[in-house]
Amino acid sequence: MNNSPGDRHDGVSRRGFLTGTGAVAAAAAGLQAELKQATAQPRVDDTNPMGPAPVLLQLTVNGRSLTTHVEPRVTLLDALRNYLDVTGCKRVCDRATCGACTVMVNGRTVYACTMLALEARGCDIRTAEALVRGGKLDPVPTAFVDCDAQQCGFCTPGFVVSLRAALDRNPRATPEELEAAVSGNICRCGTYEQMRHAIVQLCQKGG
Amino acid sequence: MKNFTYYQPTSLSGVLKVLDEAAGKAEILAGGTDLLDRMKEYISQPEKVVSLVGFSGPFKEISSIAGHPPTVTIGAGVKLVNIAESELLRPYPALTSAAAQIAGPQIRNMGTLGGSLCQRNRCWYFRDEHVQCLLKGGRRCFAHDGENQYHAIFTQGHPCVIVHPSTLAPPLMVLGATCDIRSHKAQRQIPIEQLFQAPVKDGQREHTLAPNELLVSVTIAPKIPPGATLRNASYEVKQKETSDWPIVQASVAYYTEAGGQVAKGVRIALGHVAPTPLLSPAAAKVLEGQEVNEKTASAAAEAAVEGARPLSQNAYKVQQLKVAVRRAILLASGAKPYWEG
Ligand SMILES: Cc1cc2nc3c(=O)[nH]c(=O)nc-3n(C[C@H](O)[C@H](O)[C@H](O)COP(=O)(O)OP(=O)(O)OC[C@H]3O[C@@H](n4cnc5c(N)ncnc54)[C@H](O)[C@@H]3O)c2cc1C
Ligand code: FES
Ligand code: FES
Repeated sequence: MNNSPGDRHDGVSRRGFLTGTGAVAAAAAGLQAELKQATAQPRVDDTNPMGPAPVLLQLTVNGRSLTTHVEPRVTLLDALRNYLDVTGCKRVCDRATCGACTVMVNGRTVYACTMLALEARGCDIRTAEALVRGGKLDPVPTAFVDCDAQQCGFCTPGFVVSLRAALDRNPRATPEELEAAVSGNICRCGTYEQMRHAIVQLCQKGG
Repeated sequence: MKNFTYYQPTSLSGVLKVLDEAAGKAEILAGGTDLLDRMKEYISQPEKVVSLVGFSGPFKEISSIAGHPPTVTIGAGVKLVNIAESELLRPYPALTSAAAQIAGPQIRNMGTLGGSLCQRNRCWYFRDEHVQCLLKGGRRCFAHDGENQYHAIFTQGHPCVIVHPSTLAPPLMVLGATCDIRSHKAQRQIPIEQLFQAPVKDGQREHTLAPNELLVSVTIAPKIPPGATLRNASYEVKQKETSDWPIVQASVAYYTEAGGQVAKGVRIALGHVAPTPLLSPAAAKVLEGQEVNEKTASAAAEAAVEGARPLSQNAYKVQQLKVAVRRAILLASGAKPYWEG
């Protein structure tokens, strides 16, 4: 689910419930005005300081422009999950080792837990939520569903984003190459064998 | 993580200006794969963080690979993945294979050359917020008689027995690299060996840069006579095939003259075995002027471990280092890797 401030939803999400719709709409209007002002101002200082107080953050996530305010120390992962309600990417180790937070930045996979949100401005960010095309599930998560390639599923958004990025770069990737592409992702439930089956299915169907 | 003022300068002079004015209270942020981890653990608490992303796009010197082999310059902001995949760097498998071996795809997509060379060590005592080791103002290095299975084996004269963490340092050392270093008012070039030091107290790092200095680029310029063929390779011993730090690493470079098989101008460097990446003149001397084969490679490997003084839990690394040196030499010669069956 991807309900950022300003979005309208028919159902009530956990976060939408917490934030309250009226306040969100007002905040969104304020943000837009601030954004216009920020982009209109010429830069006077080429060192470009920001913070430590919260600063305006605009990100392009799954093709949509989202805005909020964050302190400089907020990571891309926390900005996505806690400020923008893009919760596909998961927080597990928070130390660049498990891959649960994997997102694509300009087509390359990164650990969102180890990148500052401010560093991702102007980039094309894609998360597991992007793996739907015209209401149809992308072939990568489809293969995971077909092959029962998850147990708790907490690692899955990271794995599918890594695989999608690898297939986008090379739709003819071999199973070995796809396994290498997920070598920065860990599954604590150990569902690797089923993921191997999913990878074989993906290679047979050409990504 | 403690909060900070974030700077995203749009020019090199902007970066150097912030560093100069910060007087040691700033950290440079490249890919962040080391720095953010340290900040989350409160090992580093900079007041200012100076990002390189703002100017790495338009500013070619820090973000591009340029030149004509044998002389190629790599910007400090170049990502590990781009080193691994570079066409221009193909003559240097010692470097490209080492870059391709580092961690997993996400780290290689984020991490940079400058960050790899300037990162801090991974000793678990140093990385523990609650342990006051020698490098954090304490009185002793706990690894000496503590958990030290991944620590240094060349320990003599070292009060702190970390291993230098960079997997790119040994290949760059054997390829005769020099560093271009700049500060607000000055610029200097040093051989890459001089970039590293063994820290012994708080405030010292594993590199020799002053707090206001930026590593801008590294230039590879192996010394080979015209017409000669450069041969080079690296070999890492790891616990897992991917996504792991090397336990030991060896990089080798030498040249052969037209038609000949004799190794000349041999350079051998050892990684992850001492507080700095180590050149091994002893091993190089054994191979110099010899035809490369399993026998001469093994002899050089024996010489490489001379002087090793392992700790209580890491004598196994001595044997592994011999294996790494032997295999790196054989890989450089183009021999078929016998260990792959
Ligand atoms: C799971 C994992 C596995 C890893 N495995 C390896 C490995 O096998 N081998 C290896 O070598 N590394 C490894 N690393 C370490 C490291 O993250 C990478 O080497 C990476 O290249 C660091 O680059 P960065 O740009 O992310 O550094 P950053 O975190 O941005 O910077 C690291 C330090 O270097 C300084 N710095 C950065 N650029 C410059 C510059 N141009 N001039 C002066 N100072 C600078 C920064 O101020 C900072 O203190 C691993 C990291 C993780 C998390
Ligand atoms: S949460 Fe980012 S790598 Fe584990
Ligand atoms: S399915 Fe549970 S961690 Fe991978």
